[in-house]
Amino acid sequence: MKFLFAAYAATWLIHTCYMGTLARRFTQLRNQIKEIAERKS
Amino acid sequence: MKRLFPIFGAITTALLGFALYEALIAAPTEQTMGNVQRIFYYHVSSAWTAFILFAINFVASIVYLVKRSEKADVIALVGAEVGVVFCTVVLVTGPLWARPVWGIWWAPGDVRLTSTLVLWLIYVSYLILRRFSSSGQTPMIAAVLAVFGALDVPLVYFSIWFFRTQHPQPVIGDGGAIDPRMMHVLLLNWLAFSCFAALLCWARYRLEVLRRDVDETLALESLLEPRGSR
Repeated sequence: MKFLFAAYAATWLIHTCYMGTLARRFTQLRNQIKEIAERKS
Repeated sequence: MKRLFPIFGAITTALLGFALYEALIAAPTEQTMGNVQRIFYYHVSSAWTAFILFAINFVASIVYLVKRSEKADVIALVGAEVGVVFCTVVLVTGPLWARPVWGIWWAPGDVRLTSTLVLWLIYVSYLILRRFSSSGQTPMIAAVLAVFGALDVPLVYFSIWFFRTQHPQPVIGDGGAIDPRMMHVLLLNWLAFSCFAALLCWARYRLEVLRRDVDETLALESLLEPRGSR
């Protein structure tokens, strides 16, 4: 059973890490866009 | 389109939850391997999803080489990146199934296992190339690498037919058959993971388009700004 749960947990850990990197990159881009908008105004 | 994303996200989450329930509880227990066989529902559906994503990368790379379309370049990048995520799942869940069943984590020299690892390495190198090369020719070089890399996909898929391998034989088609209830759960998990992959691709595509817009704006700004003004 421990291998079964390890496999399922590892799968979701990998996907969560990837979604985390996507969210972080979105936040960085949003901040950059905000900076550009501030410079223009 | 912005409204569709959360709706599709909610449907995918429900589908993934139902597929998880079916895989862990509703699917019948395999007689020889017991519960550890349930890893198969995540392992195989992730592998099929990765193959589809690498196929998308291959087609988009060819389109880029022919038409030099930026959209095709973005689609190729997205396919490779999300494909690597799913291929990582395959490479992690495989040994976690092999250890209790075969008694070893990895079978060195096994064609299916080795070719899958090589496939993962090819697409990781593709992503490293895209990440760290700033040359204007990077998309073209990456597209050529993707076309050659895609040659490994049929090798991975057909290796269990053509070579003697420790990896289990195919469960669908001519190679073998599984319990229809297990097949139902496998297809359900594949559908759920395909929807999840589509969702990730959607988000990654939007991110890449946005990133290119920002880079373009910054490049224009630095061109228009007088020297020493920053």
